[in-house]
Amino acid sequence: MAIVETKDLTKVFKQGQLGAVNDVNLLTREGEFMVFLGPSGSGKTTLLRMIAGLEEPTRGDVLIGGRVVTRLPPRERRIAMVFQSYALYPHLSVYKNIAFPLRAQKVPKAERGPKVEWAAGLLGIGELLDRKPRELSGGERQRVALARAIVREPSVFLLDEPLSNLDAKLRASAREELTQFHKRIGTTTIYVTHDQVEAMAMGDRIVVLNKGLVRQVGTPREVYDEPADTFVATFLGSPPMNLIDHGDVLVGFRPEHLLPTALIEGPAVAITARVTGVEYLGNERVLYARIQDGRFGDQRLIGRLPSVYRVEVDEGEVVALGVPERNLRFFTKDGGRRTEPRGLAWQ
Amino acid sequence: MAVTRQDRWLGPAMFAPALLYIAGLVGVPLVLAFLYSVGDVTVGSVGYHFVGLANFRSVLQNPAFRGALWHSFVFTIAAQLIVIVGANVLALALRNPFRGRGLVRFLTLLPWVAPISLGAIGWKWILDSIYSVVNWALVSLHLVKPFDTPMWLGEPSLAMISVILVHAWRMLPFSTVILLAGLTAIPRDIPEAAAVDGAGFWRTHFEITLPMMRPIISVALLFGIVFTFTDMTVVYILTRGGPYDSTHVVPSYAFFAGILGGSLAEGAAASIFLVPILVLVAWAMLRVAHRSEVV
Amino acid sequence: MSDSAGARGVRRGRLPPGVLRWAVVLVFSVLLAFPFLWMGITSFKQTTDLYNIKNNPFLFNLPPTLEHLKLLFNETLFLRWLLNTAGAGALVVLITLVLAVPAAYALARLTGRWGQRLGIGIFLTYLIPPTLLFIPMSRVVALLGLQDSLWSIIVVYPTFTLPFSIWLLMAFFKSIPRELEDAAMVDGLTRFGAFLRLVVPISLSGILTVVIFSFTLVTQEFVYALTFISSAKNQTVSVGVPIYLVRGDVYYWGSLMAACLISSLPVAVLYNVFLDRFIAGFTVGAVK
Repeated sequence: MAIVETKDLTKVFKQGQLGAVNDVNLLTREGEFMVFLGPSGSGKTTLLRMIAGLEEPTRGDVLIGGRVVTRLPPRERRIAMVFQSYALYPHLSVYKNIAFPLRAQKVPKAERGPKVEWAAGLLGIGELLDRKPRELSGGERQRVALARAIVREPSVFLLDEPLSNLDAKLRASAREELTQFHKRIGTTTIYVTHDQVEAMAMGDRIVVLNKGLVRQVGTPREVYDEPADTFVATFLGSPPMNLIDHGDVLVGFRPEHLLPTALIEGPAVAITARVTGVEYLGNERVLYARIQDGRFGDQRLIGRLPSVYRVEVDEGEVVALGVPERNLRFFTKDGGRRTEPRGLAWQ
Repeated sequence: MAVTRQDRWLGPAMFAPALLYIAGLVGVPLVLAFLYSVGDVTVGSVGYHFVGLANFRSVLQNPAFRGALWHSFVFTIAAQLIVIVGANVLALALRNPFRGRGLVRFLTLLPWVAPISLGAIGWKWILDSIYSVVNWALVSLHLVKPFDTPMWLGEPSLAMISVILVHAWRMLPFSTVILLAGLTAIPRDIPEAAAVDGAGFWRTHFEITLPMMRPIISVALLFGIVFTFTDMTVVYILTRGGPYDSTHVVPSYAFFAGILGGSLAEGAAASIFLVPILVLVAWAMLRVAHRSEVV
Repeated sequence: MSDSAGARGVRRGRLPPGVLRWAVVLVFSVLLAFPFLWMGITSFKQTTDLYNIKNNPFLFNLPPTLEHLKLLFNETLFLRWLLNTAGAGALVVLITLVLAVPAAYALARLTGRWGQRLGIGIFLTYLIPPTLLFIPMSRVVALLGLQDSLWSIIVVYPTFTLPFSIWLLMAFFKSIPRELEDAAMVDGLTRFGAFLRLVVPISLSGILTVVIFSFTLVTQEFVYALTFISSAKNQTVSVGVPIYLVRGDVYYWGSLMAACLISSLPVAVLYNVFLDRFIAGFTVGAVK
């Protein structure tokens, strides 16, 4: 169990251009499940690979357990990694796959068997030990990859989008398994994904990245409720947060906070809007609307109305909507950074 | 995908000409080869008489042929060993891009691309008994005495080594290209996983990379065996089978006996000895193809 | 992207892998290409310089000369051999294309399981060497009255260019999505029409590769040409150069080496250009 720290970690691939990763400073907590979240090209995988030692940083340092490992090869960092494709050795049996790290680190033969069985038992793949990877399902392969990772009892786990190769149905149960696994093992884990649902569900803290820069580090609640900028605000949450141009500032509120005024209690901002579309999704309705009149007319809005509220909303209708004041978030117009609330003067 | 009524006869119709061509011009001579080997045909003869295994017996009694059979195996195995190791090393060196890699590729492909006979005659000049540049270099480095230079093509054991080396020289590029394709087919994260797991370069190479390349190494090896075992050009050009029949191989023996000597029966019988090896190689190739389909 | 020294991780304090690689590359390049360099030097050295064992063979101790080239082109049949080979090669390539392209398409698209088997069968005929067939083949050639004529090899060479070409083209055709032809047939073409007007034009690069490689196979062949053709003026380069550039026991090394170099280099250049496609076709076919 160790703390992972990065100091001004930077990776530049092409001289003169913005790096894939720029001046990242991070500090994990012991036993934490930290998620690197971002779209493709955000640098999250490059960052992970530098922590693993598979990519050489242009600048900066990586520390694991207090030890500077920046110039060390992966095998001297006491880490384990699960790749997106699992990277199981296709010509070796499951048993030999799991045993390989022990052989590579010259663990005495007598100790190898018990360790492999312990790892296999932990992941419930005891009966698969004689099979070859090609005979396994996607979920089973993930478990073998995890067993291979855990058998060395590393101080840090690194996972690179391990769920993206599974089909949708399997993903939810595999996600649950991973979370349980982490609870049992308790090793510091860094998990890379582009899926914000995964990040929110699994992470103790989320590091949101875009274009090689860290936009925010926080718990799921913090990044969702108190986003640091418009990127974080719109990346998390689906459908994304509404951002309305208020002239001097951007006003943001989440679709689930945009409700018919009749349903709102407490101080709120009123918005008259014309409904342009309604999607009935069973548990909720998604409303598409445009602001009517006032200085900020015609900007688009998205609202999510749980089906428990049986309010009539029809296409073409002009409805009185509102947002509770406490759910408003304000962002600067240039840069999109979070800023203090101010009075609103529309309509 | 729809298979229309037209397709049913169109397929065979498009395929038939090639099939007939090959069946006619390969199948017929192949059958004839067997027939000649058990018959009494010579260049001038008209009729045909079945003589059973007489040709094989007489050919096997000839020490020159037994030598040729032995040489075929020795040359092929020795050359392929050199090639497989060399191609592995070269493929590893060429795996990642570097400046000048295109030029290196061009240079290292030359032995394979140039016609065999021309490469061989080039070597004949390099190994010439009097004017060999190799000998000149050896003498200048004081490794041999000026009038005691090795007779690369004139002394039996040296001649054998020369033939083996020329075969290896010619086949190396071919195997390198195939192995390189196999190397680049390995997904990048496999060696990375091995690195994270703690394996160094040698362990990764011998326990992960090479086993994963096994099908393709087999293909390179099998083709190499066929091309070396059945080749007569190198021997014909370099040594004509000499000195004292020490470098004859089965195909060159068949040529000398059958075409130059006029005894088609003896030549055919000799060349039939190539068949067991070819059958073995064909079987091995099919196994490799079948196995790797499952992977 | 990243330097895939990923397998070796981040290395410090060891011999950088670059040096070792350069050493390997240098050694192999020299070993493999030296004979051709030597051909070049020999071609331009004056005879007295060439046959003086006291001289350093790596230097031009007398000024370079064109006499060997002049001899080669004026007093030997070299030019004739080049034309023979080019002409025969062109015809062989033509025959190969006409037979192989439809056959490969049929195997790739129109035949089911037995098509697969036939494909493997075709591939296996490539393993039947000329040195097994050349004796009965010489009789067949005589029977057809083609002995001592370039037509003998024009007729026989497709036996080894065809299996190889069919195999290469099969893999190539298989990589073209079937939907393209389906769409064409919905639009009104017959399957053969779709083949001719759609598949063939798309496959031009694959067909070009087959042309280059078949031509290369033709230029390299030795056994059949040696067996079937007896007079010097009908010979190909591959046989003519090593066999006929001698008078008695004396080899004309200067001209010989010039001929070798001239005959090898153009093919080498063409081959290199098409190599990547060759690899793709080869390994797709072999390691299915």
